[in-house]
Amino acid sequence: MKSFWLGMCGLLSFSSLSVARADTLGEVKKRGFLKCGVSQGLAGFSAPDKGGLWQGIDVDLCRAVAAAVLGDATKVKYSPLSAKERLTALQSGEIDVLSRNTTWTFQRDTQLGVDFAGVIYYDGQGFMVPKKLGVKAAKELGGASVCVQLGTTTELNLADFFRSQNLTYKLVTFEKNDEVVAAYDAGRCDVISADRSGLFADRSAKLKKPDDHVILPEIISKEPLGPVVRHGDNRWGDIVRWSLYALLEAEELKVDSKNIEANKKSNNPAIRRLLGVEGELGKNLGLNTNWAASIIQQVGNYQQIFDRNLGKDSPLKIERGQNALWNAGGLHYPMPFR
Amino acid sequence: MTRQKTSIRGYLWQGLILGLVLLGIGAIVHNTVANLSARGIASGFSFLSRPAGFDIGFSLIPFGEGSTFLDAFAVGLCNTLLVAVLGIIGASVLGLIVALLRLAPHPLLRLIGGTYVEIVRNIPLLLHLFFWYFAVLRQLPSPRQSLSLGPDIFLNIRGLYLPFPADHSALWWLLGALILGLWVGHWARRKALRQQELEGRLPRWQSLPFVLPLLFPLITLLLPIWSLSRPELQGFNFVGGLQLVPELVALVVALSFYTAAFIGEIIRAGILAVAPGQREAAQALGLSSFDTLRLIILPQALRVILPPLTSQYLNVTKNSSLAAAIAFPDLVLVFAGTALNVTGQAVEIMALTMAVYLLISLLISFAMHVFQKQVLHYEG
Repeated sequence: MKSFWLGMCGLLSFSSLSVARADTLGEVKKRGFLKCGVSQGLAGFSAPDKGGLWQGIDVDLCRAVAAAVLGDATKVKYSPLSAKERLTALQSGEIDVLSRNTTWTFQRDTQLGVDFAGVIYYDGQGFMVPKKLGVKAAKELGGASVCVQLGTTTELNLADFFRSQNLTYKLVTFEKNDEVVAAYDAGRCDVISADRSGLFADRSAKLKKPDDHVILPEIISKEPLGPVVRHGDNRWGDIVRWSLYALLEAEELKVDSKNIEANKKSNNPAIRRLLGVEGELGKNLGLNTNWAASIIQQVGNYQQIFDRNLGKDSPLKIERGQNALWNAGGLHYPMPFR
Repeated sequence: MTRQKTSIRGYLWQGLILGLVLLGIGAIVHNTVANLSARGIASGFSFLSRPAGFDIGFSLIPFGEGSTFLDAFAVGLCNTLLVAVLGIIGASVLGLIVALLRLAPHPLLRLIGGTYVEIVRNIPLLLHLFFWYFAVLRQLPSPRQSLSLGPDIFLNIRGLYLPFPADHSALWWLLGALILGLWVGHWARRKALRQQELEGRLPRWQSLPFVLPLLFPLITLLLPIWSLSRPELQGFNFVGGLQLVPELVALVVALSFYTAAFIGEIIRAGILAVAPGQREAAQALGLSSFDTLRLIILPQALRVILPPLTSQYLNVTKNSSLAAAIAFPDLVLVFAGTALNVTGQAVEIMALTMAVYLLISLLISFAMHVFQKQVLHYEG
């Protein structure tokens, strides 16, 4: 009888449960590590290297947040998520931040209970075809079979593109990116469509003969990729946003992981504020004053991150292009640190 | 304490517990809705009437520009039902063959049947699926090097291309003629049997009931509705005709082969469950071996076969959701995959998807139950 009443109390207490997950910062500090959602393997963005360590620009964002919050960039637990699972994992509190080449869209921002903290990579959707097909432009793709990954904005953009061009196509949808690439490589489809950065990554890392494939020049969509946090925890959103800006600001001020010690003695007030030598910017975020300094010291600035993961020091060799700073002809514009 | 008091108290307790369960369910629903709105996540089913905005690679009903999420749901459902129906038919036919092999008088045939069952049923279904999809169908040539299997029949890595009636309504004519033939045939058969009772022998047109279900569809073939659309290589792919995508073929073949091993064993068990004396008695009465099977063995065996067969049919239906693993756009891939990601309304979409599988399964159970009761006059 006792257990019966206990059970009933348990049942009733269901109704008094409510959302009390508004203090992500406190939880992360108490837990001692950051839970970060990443991809299941996209070279340059988030993929485990030969030693099993996660590498990539999205991974470095997680490391930057961990460095800012916990003072240690290694205190991150990565959860590889499929495109389909990613937002649910964030909504349900399974991860603290989603850094998984996720496109910032109106629908996601307003309806799914999540907020985008900024843009870490400006991307656009494109097409890759085998050279031997002789296709030069996307307009020539009428009637083609197209392989895409399930649960991405790719599916929607593709439908829009072919409709606006009055062309037909056959869609083949796989749940994992690896399956998409394997199907394309085997000839199940003529074209693969994805974010262009992903196409570059897949071409260099996953195709049997990278030189036999060409990425078409057309960009059919805007894909601003950025870190995502839960809606409603503004403090935590601020921390992720300004961690991202700190990476960009450091590049703008030419502070990197190598020259940071020298820069701490700099006379430039902007550098002194960023590194916490002057003022207390960190306190307003609920962090230490040296939060940005730990990010730069342990992870580097945006340029270092870009170069080693996507740019000239990586196998992908992607140009900075739109991803240069605003004063170098690109779109990245860190808000003022003051 | 009198018996009456006990029973009143029993009802009171049952009522109380029922109330608590309902209260608990209500609390969970209320809590979910409250939490979703507190987190700023949209809820409700209004998304079903919004335009879906994506495409689906394989669809039995028209789907395209302006189609809603409800249409996407219908496409997924039709594809799931298609796989389930084809899988059930395939598994039943193959299962019967396996059972006959297992019961064959020749030891070599028995060995073949036994080996098939032991190998196939002891490998997980997902691996069967991967075997057919990745190991077999992925090896087919590209469209330009298609294998030609006959006039206007082509096989390549994108699927099997067949000539197909340009006007799809021809198929409904065919189906309608088949049903009409079966119905009239059934009626004629009963009339023939009644005449046999009255006059002691079957009428001269006694074979007519068995011919009609074939004759009627054959007549529709003469109608001028069968202009064929033939597959032709145009640009990247074959255009026209019917395309059976490899995902569908792999799924149906894997489901059929896998489930056939179980169904074969069920049929064998059912036939062996009929006491040998029954067969001997039938032979002593002078019944032919076909009549022995038809009148003595099968009716008794079916009583043993049907209940486990029903659960195998349910398994085929539910296992068809493995389609998501090989990119066949069934209900799980289209609705609980793409639509879920586009709308983000996981609770509603998963609830709807689960409800559909439950409903299909209950319908199959119900149909099998009716069959058992009506045809076998037996309450299982």
